[in-house]
Amino acid sequence: MARFLTPKALRTLLPALSLAALLAAIFYLQPRTMSYFGLNLLLNLAVPIALATIAQMFILCVNDLDLSLGAFVSLTACITATWLNDTPLLGVLALAACVVAYGALGALIHLRNLPSIVVTLGMSFVWTGIAVLILPTPGGSAPEWIRTLMTLKPSLVPFPIIASVVIALVVHIGLMRSAAGTVLRGVGGNPKSVERAGWSLLRVKVTMFSLAGLFGVFSGMALVGLTTSADANIALRYTLLSIAGGILGGGEFVGGRVSPVGAVIGAITLALAGSFLSFLRLNPDWQIGAQGAILILVLALRLLVSSRERRI
Amino acid sequence: MQSAAPLVKMSGVEKNFGAARALTGVDFEVNRGSCVGLVGHNGAGKSTLMNVLSGVILPDEGEVQIGGVLLDNGYDPAGAARHGVRSVFQELSLCPNLTVAENLRISHPSIKGIGWRKAARKVILDELDRIFPGHGISPDTEVSSLSIARRQMVEIARAFSSVTSKIELVILDEPTSSLDQNSAAQLVDFVRQFVGKGGSVILISHLLGEILDASDKIVVMRDGRSVAVDEARNFNRARLVRDMGDVLAENSEFGARSGAKREGPPVVTGPAEDEHQLVLYPGEIVGFAGLSGHGQTEMLVRIFEAAQGARGPIVATDRAAFVAGDRQTDGIFPLWSITQNIFVSSLERLKKGLSFDFERAEREAQDWQSRLSVRTADMGNNILSLSGGNQQKALFARALGSDAGIVLMDDPMRGVDVGTKQEVYEILAEEAANGRALIWYTTETDELKHCDRVYVFREGKIVAELSGDALNEANILGASFEKEDA
Repeated sequence: MARFLTPKALRTLLPALSLAALLAAIFYLQPRTMSYFGLNLLLNLAVPIALATIAQMFILCVNDLDLSLGAFVSLTACITATWLNDTPLLGVLALAACVVAYGALGALIHLRNLPSIVVTLGMSFVWTGIAVLILPTPGGSAPEWIRTLMTLKPSLVPFPIIASVVIALVVHIGLMRSAAGTVLRGVGGNPKSVERAGWSLLRVKVTMFSLAGLFGVFSGMALVGLTTSADANIALRYTLLSIAGGILGGGEFVGGRVSPVGAVIGAITLALAGSFLSFLRLNPDWQIGAQGAILILVLALRLLVSSRERRI
Repeated sequence: MQSAAPLVKMSGVEKNFGAARALTGVDFEVNRGSCVGLVGHNGAGKSTLMNVLSGVILPDEGEVQIGGVLLDNGYDPAGAARHGVRSVFQELSLCPNLTVAENLRISHPSIKGIGWRKAARKVILDELDRIFPGHGISPDTEVSSLSIARRQMVEIARAFSSVTSKIELVILDEPTSSLDQNSAAQLVDFVRQFVGKGGSVILISHLLGEILDASDKIVVMRDGRSVAVDEARNFNRARLVRDMGDVLAENSEFGARSGAKREGPPVVTGPAEDEHQLVLYPGEIVGFAGLSGHGQTEMLVRIFEAAQGARGPIVATDRAAFVAGDRQTDGIFPLWSITQNIFVSSLERLKKGLSFDFERAEREAQDWQSRLSVRTADMGNNILSLSGGNQQKALFARALGSDAGIVLMDDPMRGVDVGTKQEVYEILAEEAANGRALIWYTTETDELKHCDRVYVFREGKIVAELSGDALNEANILGASFEKEDA
């Protein structure tokens, strides 16, 4: 017993346990959610949040923070709902340019030694500005194939669950298990030693920021697939949701300690927290505060676990 | 047999950091199949020399050859690795968030593809087994959850492990500082084996016994020069300590202050069970000596915390002020004026009603300016407009201007010019005469001449208390390095 419940194991399990507790509470309050249809409805919006959280996690992994992610996801959603639908080639090029721009930001932050918070905060206004130019009023429509993908109804397991598992596994294998991913994470832990071993820090930063851009694009596309239209502010709250999800899932702001599986679980937990509070018939005015309270509760638990870990 | 051409040949290497001359024309050679021991006191230039050899810093003058190849300006750590030079630096350089096997992968790019994890596990485990039999480290443990000693073992094993890259020379900078005796002995044995198979090792250590056991040749450095090079068998501990000291320096100045009378009860008392109990009386200047990083700064911080009311084994009965050595990170407030920087410790004393007495602060700032001769036109100027030495004076004024009875100084003279130093020494003596108690941690042996008593630190503990005739460079050096029988 004691062997399995080490503080380290507890810390790894904490995101999953929080999610399980939340799900149990929801099932108790509203047993009808415990069905294929109910789960589908409950978890649908978690997919784009999970993708955005993964994007944020790549940035967190190299000790940076992205405050423009929400604006960026909104922009890619606008591009998806307009150009990608009307003139696919232009849309693909624009989305590719978005990814390249993110990589370039990584290079800028590394080469000029700038604080990522400042750069990304500034860029968030740029992204929003471009989004407004592309789609001045809410509208547009989702490309048919994305719409089809996001509303798939596989038998047995609802699509959002399959999608979450696939996202988590792919990133887990790429970042946590592969030889190249090891170097990427090493930069978060001890950049100097990685550099001394002959790796280019610039390349690592550009790779991580490009990956973040790529998953930001996926997030915007997935979001439009669900909502069928976009507006320039559609995903602004994703910035904070993605940071909170990454941290909730066991990641840390510095030290290269991240967990893709945890990040996806954290994102789902946050998405469910809203539904949970609705089931409690809590006044929507209080919901954001209550969401914050849930976050503080989980993080406090983690602090408790890690302080025990230090003592051992 | 040693081949004729040396593996490493450094000649006339010079390196300056601003005004400080870290290396002044060093010649240094390592033969194939030999272990060179490198010893010297703080600031002798050992680490700088090794940083030049491993490509971390470029020398201002002189040339470096490895295996007969002249290394030009494009030399960097990756280039060093290509030439088969590996380093274990004093500060640990593993990624704490990765596992032991993953850390091996960082330094061996050739481990990749499917099954890389298995290969990495095997390489690091084999190497650990070879060097430290019975180490008990699992390659899948995250480094952050290993003890410091085990991290050091992993780091050493990583440096000696080879996959496809060649390995000619391993630089070990204080490799045993956190190993227990058994593991340290295992390492010395392994170094001898490695050397026997034609590899080369440079060993830096404060444990002289280890140096004498492991090395074929010993190089003693002092003040950025190599002052003695000889076969290890021609050295013994006494000769090493003697060579590290400055033979030309006037030892008579030591203890010039000794014999200051102790008045009243001590203001700082350390744990009584310590072999050398720390005590500090008003009017004393007590020096903290020893190699840097052996617990002196930690002790100062603990005294400071005790003075602020923290409960612990150390008791301080007066308030304390701290003079930081690392000005940029924990000394100055870079956006403030000189006056503001000085009075941040005296806000309580300079209160006038609910407000701050700016006029009085202004007047006192003028006094400090003339007393410490701070070179500026106006004390209202930004602190960064001052030179490093004058910034340090402002920090002294901050501590001395407060009403604290204890002044703790954390190697405050780093990068300060000689003129300023002389001025500050006089001020410190005055302050002691006025009844203040001062503790002065310094890495410069010369500065200990201005102290009444000196505590020498080694591995976090006080290992000697020197005063009177016993206070001299030889004894300080002797205590900084290990005991004969250890």
